[in-house]
Amino acid sequence: MNTKYIDIQGVEQTFKTKKGNFPALRDINLTVAKGEFVALIGHSGCGKSTLLNLIAGLTTPTSGVLLCADREIAGPGPERAVVFQNHSLLPWLTCFENIYLAVERVFGATESKAQLKQRTNDALALVGLTAAAQKRPGEVSGGMKQRVGIARALSMEPKVLLMDEPFGALDALTRAKLQDELLEIVAKTHATVVMVTHDVDEAVLLSDKIVMMTNGPAATIGEVLSVELPRPRNRVALADDPQYQQYRKAVIDFLYTRQAHVEKAA
Amino acid sequence: MVAAVFHSPLEAPAAGPDLPPVAKAMTASTPTATAAPAAKKPTRDFRSFWLTVVPPVLGLALLVLIWHLIASSSGSGIPKPAETWAQAVQVFSDPFYRNGPNDQGVGWNVLASLQRVAIGFGLAALVGIPAGFAIGRSVFLSRMFNPLISLLRPVSPLAWLPIGLLVFKGANPAAIWTIFICSIWPMVINTAVGVQRVPQDYMNVARVLNLSEWKIFTRILFPAVLPYLLTGVRLAVGTAWLVIVAAEMLTGGVGIGFWVWDEWNNLNVSSIIIAIFVIGIVGLLLEFALIKLASLFTFEEVKA
Repeated sequence: MNTKYIDIQGVEQTFKTKKGNFPALRDINLTVAKGEFVALIGHSGCGKSTLLNLIAGLTTPTSGVLLCADREIAGPGPERAVVFQNHSLLPWLTCFENIYLAVERVFGATESKAQLKQRTNDALALVGLTAAAQKRPGEVSGGMKQRVGIARALSMEPKVLLMDEPFGALDALTRAKLQDELLEIVAKTHATVVMVTHDVDEAVLLSDKIVMMTNGPAATIGEVLSVELPRPRNRVALADDPQYQQYRKAVIDFLYTRQAHVEKAA
Repeated sequence: MVAAVFHSPLEAPAAGPDLPPVAKAMTASTPTATAAPAAKKPTRDFRSFWLTVVPPVLGLALLVLIWHLIASSSGSGIPKPAETWAQAVQVFSDPFYRNGPNDQGVGWNVLASLQRVAIGFGLAALVGIPAGFAIGRSVFLSRMFNPLISLLRPVSPLAWLPIGLLVFKGANPAAIWTIFICSIWPMVINTAVGVQRVPQDYMNVARVLNLSEWKIFTRILFPAVLPYLLTGVRLAVGTAWLVIVAAEMLTGGVGIGFWVWDEWNNLNVSSIIIAIFVIGIVGLLLEFALIKLASLFTFEEVKA
């Protein structure tokens, strides 16, 4: 197994603003193994999404290098699919067409129309949305939209799945359901996932590794916690698992004791 | 014809909520089907009647009243509503007659004006919409053309009429040229603003999927810009309809604007008032049609 599937070396990100340079990230060093599920957690404004955008290639670092599968990340591409925070489905296309757009781009050159449609339907089936295929995003619920976003990302068979607070805008029950579905999908597809979250339970339940970030400006990685809970994981069984509680406590301790958010700084 | 044209502002708002139940009741053949809703209807019908039919009728009645008072005062020279009505009945009894080039029915005049607007506006759309996309997509082009647009946009389109007469050596192409100039700005500006306001999320999707420039245009840019573009079209058509009347007063020939001026020269004031109503109603219909068109292409915003 490739332990340095994603390799981030000495990355620093500074934004130019009207008030001068704003240092968002400094000194980021991180590796993600193939098939690993990594959660990035931290207070808002700590640069989690900035780091995810760097891995996606949507932005380029001020200094430092990012590698994916031993190649430098030079720009965005379908091999690093992104599930956006607010799903970012195109409202004028149906759920099917939204996914088909991605499938067509990645496999259009090599596969027939029937195969492309099959892939799209498979992706919809994976997230249980076959019935909503012909609906527009405006006609389905928030949870279903986010599922279509996940299906779109997975349909491209990406090397890495990047998720930017994918369940942040959903209610607690829908969120739990989608987390369980994501666990199943990851078990099935052995995907490499980097997920930004601010939910401690979500991080512990889903991840193999939790990357905890210090507060910005000039945020960096404070601590990396390996979660060695056996899979498949069950949220009900884990609820009173002492090991789970320990991991949970470690993250909470980091977030609320050592990196307690300084309100006056905001 | 008279009734249809004169009553449409009254009936247009009333027709919306009130017509469907009536139509339903008329088409439903079984007595049970009509009896069931009829039991609940009266109170609700009365309220919707009070809120949708009465205010516009009162507004129009107020207009006619004020008009009548002004016309009755001595020396104003404005014909009374009743006289104008009689004149309108006469005008609309034969809207499509032709007694030589300077004496044609009101129908021909309206159609001639609409034709000029259609040609001028169509040419402006052909130039303005692609220009708007280019300006919206490229910072360089935007910086290059924005000062020009800011300079030329506030100029009254009629100031361009002499240039049109000089270049095209004819009244009709000069009028079309004036329409072209006045309707191009809203389309360029709205399209460009629409392109600049395409949500960054959509463009990020395009970047992650690595879509081709053509796919970005057809699947993301064009649908996202369409509501802005249609707003530009609506403003352009509205302005064009304002300007054509003034342009035709200057150029002559056939057209509703010329008709107004011609009737003024004949000191036929009631015809001018009729023309004002006709211009207003045609403008209203154009606006209404374009709003309907725009609503077909407006999708729910994605912002959660």
